[in-house]
Amino acid sequence: MTTLTIFSALGGGVLIGAAAMLLLWLNGRIAGISNIAGHLFHAQAFERRWRALFLLGLVAGAAAYYALGGSAPLAREHFSPWLLALGGLFVGFGTALCNGCTSGHGVCGLGRLSKRSLAATLIFLLTGIATAVIVHQLLGVAP
Amino acid sequence: MKQSKHAVASSLVSLTCGLLFGLGLAVSGMTDPGKVILFLNLAGHWDPALLFVLGGAVSVSLIGTRWILRQPAPVFAHQFFLPKEKHIDRKLLSGALIFGIGWGISGYCPGPAIAALASPNWETWIFLPSMLLGMALARSLKTARHKQVLCNP
Repeated sequence: MTTLTIFSALGGGVLIGAAAMLLLWLNGRIAGISNIAGHLFHAQAFERRWRALFLLGLVAGAAAYYALGGSAPLAREHFSPWLLALGGLFVGFGTALCNGCTSGHGVCGLGRLSKRSLAATLIFLLTGIATAVIVHQLLGVAP
Repeated sequence: MKQSKHAVASSLVSLTCGLLFGLGLAVSGMTDPGKVILFLNLAGHWDPALLFVLGGAVSVSLIGTRWILRQPAPVFAHQFFLPKEKHIDRKLLSGALIFGIGWGISGYCPGPAIAALASPNWETWIFLPSMLLGMALARSLKTARHKQVLCNP
């Protein structure tokens, strides 16, 4: 890891934290992406609006970075579409069941010193690490 | 009049916050699932980037939240919308466990999977619909269990 990647990781993290804090301070909302996306379609109209705008911004923010010359990730060459589908199913099911993901429990929940979020974050970090080691190191699926 | 001004302002805030969030994900390299897996796979060529991203974000959140929640109300809303659940239950633990497995398999969590719609990476066009399906399944399971509890208390 170079000094530049450390700075971009830290700087990106600070941006994410700042976005979450602005949303909480100004609109009183938690920047938890799984909840924002999960309730996009079935919430009441006034609830749908801010969620749709936030997600639109999320895509536009990444698009702006790529448009300004930031490197955009390409699809992985040997990654099975079935694993993507399975991963998506698990991520969707799991985050809806525990009401949060890396942003909601990780960034916002830990910042609020929530015990639930601390427990959730420790568990998904540990099972994420264990799964990645098994699937990508031991079984040798290309990362 | 004040109400509608607030509605416009809070809409702009939502859009801007999403934009900053997406920019942060892209700048930090977290929209690249390969990089996320390089962090999670401790036994491979370990890349600690995610730790710095999470560290930066949580530091800001720890400091910011303390101050924000001391305010009587948000600037453009009448109340803070915070999660009501306080107890660590089986749903929380099993949900986090299942989420971690999916994350470790794919390298995607919800934020980066959505932000990746901006990149030429087609993977998210498979990942995202599956994720939404998973969310719908969990919700219908929750509603079914809720009804069961109501009928047979």
